[in-house]
Amino acid sequence: MTDQLPSFAFRLTSDAIDTASLTRELHDSAAGACVTFEGRVRDVNEGHAVRRLEYESYEAVALKEGKRVMDEAASKEHVIAAQCIHRVGRLEIGEIAVWVGVISGHREEAFRACRYIIDEVKARVPIWKREQYRDGASEWIENAR
Amino acid sequence: MSSRVTIEYFALLRERRGLDREEVETSAPDAAALFDEIAARHGFGSRRDTVRVAINDEVTTWNHPVSSGDRIVFLTPFGGG
Repeated sequence: MTDQLPSFAFRLTSDAIDTASLTRELHDSAAGACVTFEGRVRDVNEGHAVRRLEYESYEAVALKEGKRVMDEAASKEHVIAAQCIHRVGRLEIGEIAVWVGVISGHREEAFRACRYIIDEVKARVPIWKREQYRDGASEWIENAR
Repeated sequence: MSSRVTIEYFALLRERRGLDREEVETSAPDAAALFDEIAARHGFGSRRDTVRVAINDEVTTWNHPVSSGDRIVFLTPFGGG
């Protein structure tokens, strides 16, 4: 029933993210808290009507750097397990672009580790996003630093 | 002394260059000089202080030397999440 994944994994996928099964994978009898974050594709950015998105990764470094972020989260006290999965390829409005889940003994550590993972992944993992707008234009979007 | 390296392009720079990858003969001693050479040749318009570099799948510093056989990727600002 349980997965073969390490307790702190970073993955890339071109398939829709199944949050229910990811959440189910995060179970431990010592876990009193589970905090999850999902980043979704929204239909507007800085006044432009967005039609869809495309994510592109530099996979070799993305997986390596993503794993480092997860290992850093693992080194935080009381965090039991964490998973992060990021989409690549074409995404439609409302789809989940990234998902982070953390379990820990108490809520404080889970909230903190979840925040840490999403912030570090955005800053350090080589994934690029191109927004396609309703007016036909498109643009590569940079994360705020 | 020149070296022969492979440059791979992603996202914005892939579009600007019109290629996924190319082999380049260069006399650039380090990654910074190589970026400046390639950026000028193809009109990338990205300033080096906004770009990072990976050599052989490790993000490294601009003063990292360039050697024959290296696989080099210039990383424009990320947009994941």
